[in-house]
Amino acid sequence: MIPNPISPEINIPEVIQNIPLQHYLILSTLLFVIGIIGVLTRRNAIVIFMSVELMLNAANLLLIAFSSYRSDSSGQVFVFFIMAVAAAEVAVGLAIIVMIYRNTRNTDIGFLNKLKW
Amino acid sequence: MSPLLLVLIPLLPLIGFLINGLGFPHLPKGAVGIIGSLTVVGSFVLSLLTFSAFLAGGSQPIIIPLFDWITVGSLNIPFSFQVDQLSLLMLMIITGVGSLIHIYSIGYMHHDAGFGKFFAYLNLFLFFMLLLVLGSNYVIMFIGWEGVGLCSYLLIGFWNKNTSFNNAARKAFIMNRVGDLGFLLGIFTIITTFGSVEYLEVFSKASSFQVGDPIIITITLFLFIGAMGKSAQIPLYTWLPDAMAGPTPVSALIHAATMVTAGIYMVIRSNVLYSLAPSTLEIVGIIGGATALFAASIGLLQNDIKKVLAYSTVSQLGYMFMGLGAMAYSASMFHVITHAFFKALLFLGAGSVIHAMSDEQDIRNMGGLRKKLPVTFLTFFIATWAIAGLPPFSGFFSKDEILAHVFEHNKLLWVIGVLGSLMTSFYMFRLLFLTFFGKFRGTHEQEHHLHESPASMTIPLIVLAVLSAVGGFIGVPEALHGSHRLAEFMSPLYDGARQANPSAFLATTLSHSEEYILMAVSVGVALIAAIAAYVMYIQKALVPAPDSEEKSALQNVIYNKYYVDELYDNVFVKSTKTLSNAFYSFGEFFIDLFVNGTARLINFLAGLLRKTQTGSTGDYVFAMVLGIVAILFWKLLL
Repeated sequence: MIPNPISPEINIPEVIQNIPLQHYLILSTLLFVIGIIGVLTRRNAIVIFMSVELMLNAANLLLIAFSSYRSDSSGQVFVFFIMAVAAAEVAVGLAIIVMIYRNTRNTDIGFLNKLKW
Repeated sequence: MSPLLLVLIPLLPLIGFLINGLGFPHLPKGAVGIIGSLTVVGSFVLSLLTFSAFLAGGSQPIIIPLFDWITVGSLNIPFSFQVDQLSLLMLMIITGVGSLIHIYSIGYMHHDAGFGKFFAYLNLFLFFMLLLVLGSNYVIMFIGWEGVGLCSYLLIGFWNKNTSFNNAARKAFIMNRVGDLGFLLGIFTIITTFGSVEYLEVFSKASSFQVGDPIIITITLFLFIGAMGKSAQIPLYTWLPDAMAGPTPVSALIHAATMVTAGIYMVIRSNVLYSLAPSTLEIVGIIGGATALFAASIGLLQNDIKKVLAYSTVSQLGYMFMGLGAMAYSASMFHVITHAFFKALLFLGAGSVIHAMSDEQDIRNMGGLRKKLPVTFLTFFIATWAIAGLPPFSGFFSKDEILAHVFEHNKLLWVIGVLGSLMTSFYMFRLLFLTFFGKFRGTHEQEHHLHESPASMTIPLIVLAVLSAVGGFIGVPEALHGSHRLAEFMSPLYDGARQANPSAFLATTLSHSEEYILMAVSVGVALIAAIAAYVMYIQKALVPAPDSEEKSALQNVIYNKYYVDELYDNVFVKSTKTLSNAFYSFGEFFIDLFVNGTARLINFLAGLLRKTQTGSTGDYVFAMVLGIVAILFWKLLL
């Protein structure tokens, strides 16, 4: 049993110890980077949105991992906040995408280039 | 002596200026003329009252403080007036002759569109001139000094649609300014030497200096440079003939009777300082004599009636300075007074002639006017007799007194003075004969319009003629069994100078018979010149040649005023213009470099930066990601 670094009298449960923390880190980072690549390279507005959600969820995952390992529930509370914000953001963002579609009849962001020098 | 009455003397013309200046578009012409003249007449009456109060009070100088003006460290310059013999004499002349000229202007300027403006400017001029003579220190004199220069500019360039008149006004103002620089330097030296500018303080401290002290010589030289500019002496005299561009009452008031005498007033006021600097007085005398002769020679050949009178004024001012050079202060003041009378009369008479001749000023086109303009002719004749120095009119007494003092002082200058007197008499009688005698040489149109001037113009002429005739009797010398009341009256002014330099105030060494001989010489010379003019212009009926005819070389030089104007133009004006052009282009280059350069730089940078606005959303997202990476890099790894 490995003692909890914050409060040594509490032990980290066996179940969680099976997957080391570094794995979670790498997974989160990978997800985040994939999200970024999606935002930068895809042309479909909805796919860009999905990539943004992916980035948010990567952050969520890492927060929960650390919360479990530290037995500190403030991480999970923060995840709740992020989810609420993500939901609101999706609502607004999808409304904008609907308006884009109504004006340009497709969701390709390459057509939104009029605000140039 | 109530201070209020004294303050009203300069204040009344100022009020007149404000009323006329602000209200002339709304007031009827008659009201403007009456207000303008009444203020000056009021000042004259008050001056007379002040004079009688002064005499009754025992002829003590009175200082009337008005308010504390400048106090810097230990230098205190109050705004106060000084009433003594000199300021009173000047007051009465300025307001008296001034009121006559105002009344004259009502008639002369009647048809002019700028009637109200004219009276406003005249009143402003009187205000400044009165300030000049009433001030109790050099700085208030300087305010008046500058102010009359300004009004001279405004009045010379009165008909401002004409470019040559504007140029003449500018020339007068700039030449005056050159003199004013000297005056200012003199004031500064006075402040550093004496720590004050009040007359009484400066003069009492000055009497402790040695005769010929270099500081006093410097001060007096600087002040004299100011007088050279204001009173049109060589080399700063060329503005006065050009100033004839202004209306004739202006020439009479400013350039004959009042402003140009400010220099002489200043020297007489500073007689303590000048008596301590005999070398400066030598210079003053020489310049005065040279100017007297030089200007008289130019006047011999001029054909414009006002130009002859202008050169005559420069010449007579030279006489006054010659008198000052011989330390004959009272004599010079006497000549100032008599000159004010007959020169104003001459100018006003000339104005009457010009008015009658429908604005013709060339005497070659006049002639035989004495029948049509009897009053003008008679008054002009009296003035000519006076200026030639023939007895018993006023010019004789004042000019002779100056010449007698100059004879004692420097025989060569006396000879120059007599020569100048010869020329004066000649050109004045020439003017008289060509204008009023002989056949009329003008056009038919002009002949039809010939008429005597209205009463508003002839009454001042008559008053001035009476004054020119009898004005000399205030200064009858002892040799002619007079008591010379003027010299007696002014004598207390020189107490300080007498203390400082007693050798300069010794009684005259001339015997009565010597004085009689001197008088006979100057009168004889004037009579000979008058007879010569009579022979040439009445018996032989010569008329000056028109400009197109060839003249001899000497005549050409004199007729072109010895080419002094051209000399000044090439030496001073052209070089100043070249310098100013050089500065202009140089400055323009640098200012353009900085100001336009900054604009161009910003333009360039903006041109580069705007290329980042590509419009494509992907690029913006990419930029955002780059920014986030940069921040993270900064925060976490540095």
